[in-house]
Amino acid sequence: MARAAVQRRLTWRRGRVTRRVDETPRVRTLVLALEEDWPGHLAGQHVDVRLTAEDGYQAQRSYSIASAPEDVGQLAITVERIGDGEVSPYLVDELTEGDQLEFRGPIGGYFVWDETPGGPLLLVAGGSGICPLMAMIRHRAARGSRVPTRLLYSSRSLEDVIYREEVDLLAARSDGLEVFHTLTRDRPAGWTGYARRIDLEMLTEVGWRPDEGPLGFVCGPTPLVEAVAEALVQLGWSPDRVKTERFGPTGG
Amino acid sequence: MDESQLRLDGNAAAGILREVFAMDVSGAQEACASCGTIGWMGAQHLYMYPLAPGAVVRCSTCGDVLMVLVRGGGRYRLALPGLRWLEMREPVQAPPET
Ligand SMILES: Cc1cc2nc3c(=O)[nH]c(=O)nc-3n(C[C@H](O)[C@H](O)[C@H](O)COP(=O)(O)OP(=O)(O)OC[C@H]3O[C@@H](n4cnc5c(N)ncnc54)[C@H](O)[C@@H]3O)c2cc1C
Ligand SMILES: [Zn+2]
Repeated sequence: MARAAVQRRLTWRRGRVTRRVDETPRVRTLVLALEEDWPGHLAGQHVDVRLTAEDGYQAQRSYSIASAPEDVGQLAITVERIGDGEVSPYLVDELTEGDQLEFRGPIGGYFVWDETPGGPLLLVAGGSGICPLMAMIRHRAARGSRVPTRLLYSSRSLEDVIYREEVDLLAARSDGLEVFHTLTRDRPAGWTGYARRIDLEMLTEVGWRPDEGPLGFVCGPTPLVEAVAEALVQLGWSPDRVKTERFGPTGG
Repeated sequence: MDESQLRLDGNAAAGILREVFAMDVSGAQEACASCGTIGWMGAQHLYMYPLAPGAVVRCSTCGDVLMVLVRGGGRYRLALPGLRWLEMREPVQAPPET
């Protein structure tokens, strides 16, 4: 990959919302139009979003970029509504097509995947933690990459699974992407997938063996991320092959 | 709520760190002055909103404070009590190949 000669100052920009997509009853994707000077992003990076009230009060939160780097000219973030939250209810319920949103990015040089690290990939998501991993999955598909990849994805119920159709379609291409769902609260009749929180046994069944040289990306609510990262290390993974992105206390 | 639930990864402070550093710090390597562990800033423990008016980065191995960045009143105060060194890399940010 070519290295850009200069890294521009990180400045606040305004993007127009060009599209909204209902992902689940609590989750919506916002597609933002990008200006020409957007430097491009790497799969896994995020943006900081800033809201300013009329009295000048500002609130700032981070959101992962869910779209692939190849999807030029625009950027997608997928936001889960946290009931008593300051920022997410506004993004999910009030921001509409044509509105402007202030953000800066792309941000983050650690939780990124650009195909070169190689190794089979293990992606583990809880709830909206799927967002940066989806950028990796979309990047992988856009590149025609065949890096063996397993996604273990924990949701409360089937209707809470974000990007369900797209993920299942990509898995059906049989190009090395396998998807495993676990539903922690409600299961539809006849559900044959996992039906509990991610645990050591599940990671043994789904994850790669440490001697296969895997690289892991784990993302979601902090308690889930810490439990999964600990379990992988217990299974013999080297801690520096397990990259984590904690979203904080929120999420499924 | 248990404080550990609010823990984030150093990676989440990449934005505020770019307000003071020209280069990305989340992808930088560091050595902890206390325990000597060499790691990535993005992989260390971060305590940020709503616990702190800025960012506190702690070593994920020994828990000692590596870096504190506080912002307010038009000033930034940066403390580096626990870093033996910090090694940043030239930008890897690249536009997607077309
Ligand atoms: C790097 C990064 C990437 C992220 N990407 C995404 C993404 O792609 N999609 C997404 O939906 N989210 C993402 N998040 C989470 C997001 O940044 C926000 O944290 C989330 O949207 C909630 O913000 P809020 O303002 O709505 O809620 P807040 O007002 O921040 O509150 C959130 C909830 O936590 C509780 N809470 C917070 N702090 C405390 C406390 N000290 N004590 C008790 N309770 C507390 C609140 O009661 C509330 O229920 C990401 C986070 C990080 C760090
Ligand atoms: Zn240490």
